[in-house]
Amino acid sequence: MVNKNKRPHKHSAKAGLGWLFKMAWRDGKASKKKLGLFMASIILGIAAVVSIQSFGVNLKDNIGLKSKALMGADYKIEIDELPNEKTQQIIDSLGGADSREIKFVSMGAFNSTEATRLVEVRGIESGFPFYGALETRPAAAAETFRKKEGALVDATLMLQLGIETGDSIKIGKLQLPVIGKLDAVPGGATLFSSIAPPVLIPYPSIQETDLIQTGSRIGYKYYFKDANTDLERLDRELKPVLDLENANLRTHISTSERLGKRYQNFGKFLNLVAFIALLLGCVGIASAINIYIKEKQSAIAVLKCLGASKKQTFLIYLIQVAIMGLIGGVFGTALGLVLQQIFPWLLEGLLPVDVQPTISWQVIFMGISLGIFMSLLFALYPLIGTLYISPLQALRVQLKENVKSRKAIFLVSLAIFLFIFLFSLWLLENWKYSLAFVWGILITFAILAGIAKLFMQLIKRFFPKNWGFLARQSLLNLFRPQNQTITLILAIGVGTFLISTLYFSKDLLLAQTSVESQANSPNMILLDVQTEQKQAVAETVKNSNLPVLNNIPIVTMRVHSINGKTNMEIKKDSSSQINNWILDHEFRVTYRDSLTHSESLVSGEFIAEANDADPVPISISDNFARDAKVALGDEVVFNIQGLLKNTVVKSIRQVDWSQMQINFSLVFPKGILEKAPQFHVITTKVPNEIASAKLQQSLVKEFPNVSIIDLRQVLSVIEKLLDKISWIINFMAFFSILTGIIVLLGAIRISKFQRIRENVLLRTLGAQNHQIFKIVALEYLFLGLLGAFSGVFLSLISSQLLAALVFETAFTPSLFPFLVVLPGVTLLVLIIGISNSLEIIRKPPLEILRKEV
Amino acid sequence: MAKILNVRNLEKSYTSGTKKLQVLYDINFEVEAQKTFAIVGPSGSGKTTLLGLCAGLDRPDSGSIHLCNEELGKLSEDENAVLRNQKVGFIFQNFQLLPSLTALENIAVPLELQGDKGATRIGKELLEKVGLSNRAHHYPSQLSGGEQQRVALARAFSNRPSILFADEPTGNLDSETGEKVVSLLFELNKEAGTTLIIVTHDLELAKKTQQILRLKGGRIVENEKTW
Repeated sequence: MVNKNKRPHKHSAKAGLGWLFKMAWRDGKASKKKLGLFMASIILGIAAVVSIQSFGVNLKDNIGLKSKALMGADYKIEIDELPNEKTQQIIDSLGGADSREIKFVSMGAFNSTEATRLVEVRGIESGFPFYGALETRPAAAAETFRKKEGALVDATLMLQLGIETGDSIKIGKLQLPVIGKLDAVPGGATLFSSIAPPVLIPYPSIQETDLIQTGSRIGYKYYFKDANTDLERLDRELKPVLDLENANLRTHISTSERLGKRYQNFGKFLNLVAFIALLLGCVGIASAINIYIKEKQSAIAVLKCLGASKKQTFLIYLIQVAIMGLIGGVFGTALGLVLQQIFPWLLEGLLPVDVQPTISWQVIFMGISLGIFMSLLFALYPLIGTLYISPLQALRVQLKENVKSRKAIFLVSLAIFLFIFLFSLWLLENWKYSLAFVWGILITFAILAGIAKLFMQLIKRFFPKNWGFLARQSLLNLFRPQNQTITLILAIGVGTFLISTLYFSKDLLLAQTSVESQANSPNMILLDVQTEQKQAVAETVKNSNLPVLNNIPIVTMRVHSINGKTNMEIKKDSSSQINNWILDHEFRVTYRDSLTHSESLVSGEFIAEANDADPVPISISDNFARDAKVALGDEVVFNIQGLLKNTVVKSIRQVDWSQMQINFSLVFPKGILEKAPQFHVITTKVPNEIASAKLQQSLVKEFPNVSIIDLRQVLSVIEKLLDKISWIINFMAFFSILTGIIVLLGAIRISKFQRIRENVLLRTLGAQNHQIFKIVALEYLFLGLLGAFSGVFLSLISSQLLAALVFETAFTPSLFPFLVVLPGVTLLVLIIGISNSLEIIRKPPLEILRKEV
Repeated sequence: MAKILNVRNLEKSYTSGTKKLQVLYDINFEVEAQKTFAIVGPSGSGKTTLLGLCAGLDRPDSGSIHLCNEELGKLSEDENAVLRNQKVGFIFQNFQLLPSLTALENIAVPLELQGDKGATRIGKELLEKVGLSNRAHHYPSQLSGGEQQRVALARAFSNRPSILFADEPTGNLDSETGEKVVSLLFELNKEAGTTLIIVTHDLELAKKTQQILRLKGGRIVENEKTW
């Protein structure tokens, strides 16, 4: 008779969510060491993403908050010629400028040291800046210099040239005492100021330099202080009107937005690097949960025997993973918020404002939810396996591997890719880039996993049977059951790939800008040489035993009309696809009878000479053709300082702009512009700094209006910039490597029991400690070498592709990744592998067995 | 007396690669409630497979199994799980305690699954019955084989099952410990009035039950009542 005391049997499990949490907690408590490591891999990934994201938000906020101080005014009007009548009327209608500035680039000569240097001369009227401050040493100099008492010189430049307060500076015909060091000026462009550091002089002194001449590139700025103006309206209504007059209106809001966007782009790139670290952490989680669930198979089968449903057992482990993700997210976010403090230091000199780190709730929410969501998403695939574990496994019935549903695997994979795509879309705001990123990730991961699989299959197929026992045993360990070979090679490979690609790309960029290697390339450019000075300047160069490599005439002009439509008509035509820069830009045009070595003809015929032809047959660059929407035979009218000139496009050239030489969008034939107002650019090649300094000194003395650019100085600025950028990318790539290490640690811990059993067996059979040590060491050596080599190899291929397709240059890889990264990463893997296996190797086997069981 | 288990025309095979392996042929038998019953036979005769089928852990190729008045073939996997939870107890050869749970927690699990608030109290009572109240908070790895099997016994009876399936309950124990576990099993079984089905190849153990079913090559060769 059936037991009558039974409750009626209902077809539903009664244990609620509380019990599921309780079981998850009990089970997790016993496995906390293993779960701790899984958490560590997500912590690092989240920390990387949060630190970058939070820093980006902070930077944007700081730029926004300090937007007035960044500009020094509420808004300004910029123009690179004296304002015409209309512009002047507009300025007057705004109540007149509250402060004015005239600026140009020129050579500054310091009398005490005889040093000369290209500087940006800024004549500033009193009043500016209305917000923020001129930071000077002594502080009082910020005001006194305006009273015609002297000049403020960029503090870094003074340090470089050994100039002290009290020395004097000569600009053109003006000589002023240096009365203070300039530390910061609102609106100072950081990168450009390294090439032409700022020198502030009193506004009325500008004329005394005698450098304000036709052909010189002078900038006029009109600053306005009016906190009550509706800036958005001003931007909307006045900007288009000023645009037509070649004047530019910038409000502090639009400027800070533009600035913010520029840094945001860099931030987006770093975010992707951080996201890769997070993805690696997730691959680590997926692999660890996979093994974790395999270990739990019999427990799950027993639970099912005892009456737990499929859903209940699945939920127990899902809850565990979610809690793990939550804790990982919280710790990762906290670590990220701490780490973001490092970024201002890493990016010192590249940022427009001092960033005060603040806490953004949006970022905290993102970090924590990302932790939970990513853990769940990547654990889903192994977790689905719990659904297919049969309770029969609790009995001794041997079943074949649990087969997961194909549909479930497909859906999980789809969800993962969709998430990666959506997250990168959120970061990049461009679906094409996001798609490319997902593909890039997929291909990189697939290649690395493919290499690992191929390696394992090759070992199986061509197993070196004649190798010694120790080497054979260590190789066998790479494809033992529950091996982590693919995961580890993926983690080590991606980290190495990122770091190596960084070095290779830096090589590429530097190779592009290198002038030293090209024998006849100029490395010094003399700008603003007037026609009447051309001979004398060339003589001075030759007298210093230096060659005159180029003597290029330059005529400035603007586009007046394209195919009969004037500038204004085009601007008003909303359907026009002509790029605005074509209409606004003051073109520097040359005339000559042949192509240079950085140019090649794409179509048409290059006309060498055309005496008084109308229209004039000109040659345009391919980017001009693309942006101005003109083709062969189209007519363009140029305004050459008041005189209109008809031209017809006769040829289109491809120009290699990356070559460090003077390139032109527009080239006129000989015989047309010879009598137009023009200036010249003379180039030479100096062998060293002494020769460069000597030439600069003699040129500045004789020709104060001539500006000199020492390309080697520009290069060193670029190199410094690249160094800074590579520092921060290295820093982010380090997260990937660190995640790889954590995955490695997890892998060792997880296979510990299996290894112990093997080692106990080996010892029982007579293996000595040093033999077991060698087996372990060789295994990690293989893993490290293969992972690191795959990464370097992959980055070599991608850099080759970059060189061929993007930079279009020959690529000579630097040896750093081979000599430092490859052995470094291998050694790291070896050390971590061995140090974590020492306990297994050293201690008596039975003691460990008891401890681990 | 009412039949708690009724097996009719049962067939079961497994596929190994392309080969079909017939494990059970035309099995027919029934077990009365509150009786003790043994399934014996040499290794590979299909004992454990038959046990798994009778407990609703697997599905037959053909035939029917009625367990506690429910036809197992008509229940879904989760309904089978609920049936097991409410009316079935299990004892395994290798104890199968959940390694991450303490002895007490292991015993409480079936009751907790039913949502029984008194799970821990009942667990403690059962631990005392099997003489392990001082080991309540020990994990399985901290218990000897005999102790683990006693905890497993307590767990098997915790949900007051109508029927208890024991798969080689002494298979992993030395003879002395095995005997102690067996007498405890029969004692608890008598007290609870549970139907006991034991799979074993230990004939001495089998003789302690009221009915013995002999299997050979997947077929019943004998079905005799012992007392």
